[in-house]
Formats: sequence, structure tokens, C-alpha cells
Amino acid sequence: MQAILDNWPLLIDGLVVTIEISIYVIVFGTLIGLVGGLSLLYGGSVLRGLFRAYVDIIRGLPLLVTIFLIFYGIPAVGIPMDKFPAAVLALSFFAGGHMSEIIRGAVGSIPKGQMDAAASIGLTFFPRLRYVILPQAIRRIVPPWVNLCVELIKGTSLVSLVSITDLLLSAQQILERTAQPIPFYILTAAIYFVLCYSMATLGGRLEKRFAYYD
Amino acid sequence: MGYSLNFNPIWENWDKLLLGLGLGLLITVISLFVGAIIGLLAAFARTSGNPTISRVAAGYVEIMRNVPFLLVIFFVYFGFPTLVPDQTSSLIVAMAIYSGAYMTEIFRAGILAVSKGFLEAGKSIGLTNWQVIRFVTLPIMFRVVLPSLSNTLIGLFKDTSLGAAISVPELTYQGMVINTNYWRIIESWTAVGALYLATCYSLAFLLRRIEHRFAQWA
Repeated sequence: MQAILDNWPLLIDGLVVTIEISIYVIVFGTLIGLVGGLSLLYGGSVLRGLFRAYVDIIRGLPLLVTIFLIFYGIPAVGIPMDKFPAAVLALSFFAGGHMSEIIRGAVGSIPKGQMDAAASIGLTFFPRLRYVILPQAIRRIVPPWVNLCVELIKGTSLVSLVSITDLLLSAQQILERTAQPIPFYILTAAIYFVLCYSMATLGGRLEKRFAYYD
Repeated sequence: MGYSLNFNPIWENWDKLLLGLGLGLLITVISLFVGAIIGLLAAFARTSGNPTISRVAAGYVEIMRNVPFLLVIFFVYFGFPTLVPDQTSSLIVAMAIYSGAYMTEIFRAGILAVSKGFLEAGKSIGLTNWQVIRFVTLPIMFRVVLPSLSNTLIGLFKDTSLGAAISVPELTYQGMVINTNYWRIIESWTAVGALYLATCYSLAFLLRRIEHRFAQWA
């Protein structure tokens, strides 16, 4: 117990890093996913092909391998980049691939007639998406989006393997000194649990908020 | 951009990469099997109607699904060094516990998909509770859960890469070793990634075939 109290600030520092990375990755991943998902549906054949390849490759790779490839690969080809942005880039790249597939699925499930109807009242492409398609698609996006966000928050723990001091690595460092693995792992697990569980709860709220067609 | 590709270290260590891949597949199959048993038990606990048992199972599922897998691996490996003999078996234990939670939800959905009429029909021809489970619930459930199970298997195979964190000599770890010995970052991770990709898509293809085979029985 004393050990936990003594090392509390270190854990908090790690938690802040984990939250920061999670927010960046969710935001960037969603942006890439929007572009990717819409390109897969409405893009020309070149754009579609490129994003199809990106999504299929990302979905067939373990997250850890993606991180190693991007995190160590970028400096290796001579592009200078700090640890933190490189890790965020790697995770976002992963997130974007999975997000693209979610958005493609949800938007693609809206009947084609909606797009035609919107076109027939004279809306151009982006207003059609903005006012007709996306408001209907969002309630199908939210549930898998929340699941992916929880997976992403859990996935940020892998940055501890490229020596970024997130929550998991700070816990590891503390218990190397205190030699009390079990209480610290349980504490760390509890913190992750609260993070992920609040994400899921927030997701439930969002689902209710966007359930306006039921 | 002064990076010139040199794949020689990869060709020289090809056998190690393939061995690592094989170990990953072996770990996947074993932990899927153990995880499925855990998942099946927890799913029946979840649908048993007994509030205490059901809540314990639900708690297990919620905890596992909201905690990083890497943490579970560390917890098993560093937390219980005397219980598990080596890295590979701690990875298997961690994966079985972790995937068991995901499979609980899959099996629970499968059990709930068996319509009540079948269960009543089974009871009415004089089957005991156990026989109803064995001859009615399980066969129907199995067909329902098969697609989700194949996704779990592919996901588990990708998760074996985290074994590298505790030096389980699977594919990702072999990639790390090549990296340390030759410092060919792009080449080694491209090769490792290509192997994962090829394996995942072959697995997906194979499992789709198996699903079709079983679908014909229905």
C-alpha cells in the first residue's frame, strides 16, 4: 500500500501519456477512416484500389508489427521524427485502416435511393453526404466505432514496447523497483478498465443521442 | 533517404522465421482450444439463470474485455513466475484466459440463438438436461458461432505477436532478433509483416471453406 502511495505520481504521468495518445489516435484514426471509407465507396478506381490495399494490409497485420515497421522504419529511411509522434503515427495508421472499413460498411448500408433522392432535389455531392447520408449512417457507425476506440485505448499499451513511458511502462518500471508485481498490475488493470469502460459508457450515450430514427 | 535494401539477412534466417510462424500457429490452436472450454463454461454460467454465477461470469468477461492484452501477459508472466514454467506456456495461459472472455460472448449469443421450441422438444422426448445440451444446444450453437470463432482464431494468431514482449520465440520475436543482429529494419519487418498477411489470409480462406462445409449440414 505504501509503495502505491509513494509511486502514485509516476503512474499519473503514465496515465496522462496514455490518454494523450488515445485521444490523438482516435481523432486521427477517425479522420483517416472518414476519408478512407468514403473513398472506398465513392472514389475512382485508383483511389479505391489504393485504399482497398491499405485497409486489407492493415487488417492482416498485427498491431505490434505495424508499430515496429513505422516507428523504427521512419528514422531508418532518414526522416527525423520524435518518439511520441512516430508512435501516434503508427497507431493512427492502424486505426485508420479499421475505421475505414467501419465507415464503408455503415455508409454503404444506406439505401442507394437516398443518394438519388438527394441528387434529384439539386444537392451537390458534399451536401448530399452532409445532410442526407451521414445523419442516417452515424447511428450505424457509433456502435462499432466505440468498440474500435476501446480496442485502440487498449492498443496504446503496445507503445510501452518501443519505450514510451505510458501507463503500462510506468507500472513496469515501478514494480521493477518495488518487486510487488501483483498489486501494481491489478491497480494498472483497474485504471485501464475505468478508461475503457467510460469510453463504452460514453458510446452508449452517443448511441441514444443518434437513435433519432427509431 | 540513404537507405539501400538488403534482403540477405532475411534469406539467411528464413528457417527461423518459418519456425516462429509455426510456433505462433501452435500457440494459437492450443489457446483457442483451452479458451473455448473456458468460454463454453462461462457462457453456460452466464445463461444459467443463477444470478450469482451469471454475475461472476459477466464480471470476468467485462474485466478481460476492458484491459489490454499485453497487461494480461505481463500479469501472468511476472505475477506468477512459479506457476507457469516458461514464457511460451505463460503466453498460452494468458491467451486462453483473454480469448475465453471473447468466446464467452460468442457462445452466449449462440446459446440464445437456439430457439426454445428445440429445447422443449428435447425435454418432451425424455432427454435429461445434460442430453439436451449435448444433442440439441451444442450442435445448433456450433453452426451459429462458427464464423465468429474463425474471426477469433485469426485475431488470436495476430495477438501471438505480443509474445515477443516476453521473448516467446514466435515470428515477431524472430524479427526482433534479426533486427538486433543485422540492423535491417525495413527488410525484417516487411518480411515478418508479409508472413503474417499471407498466413492471415490463407487462414481466412481455409476457415471460409470449412464454414461452407458445415453450412451444408444445416
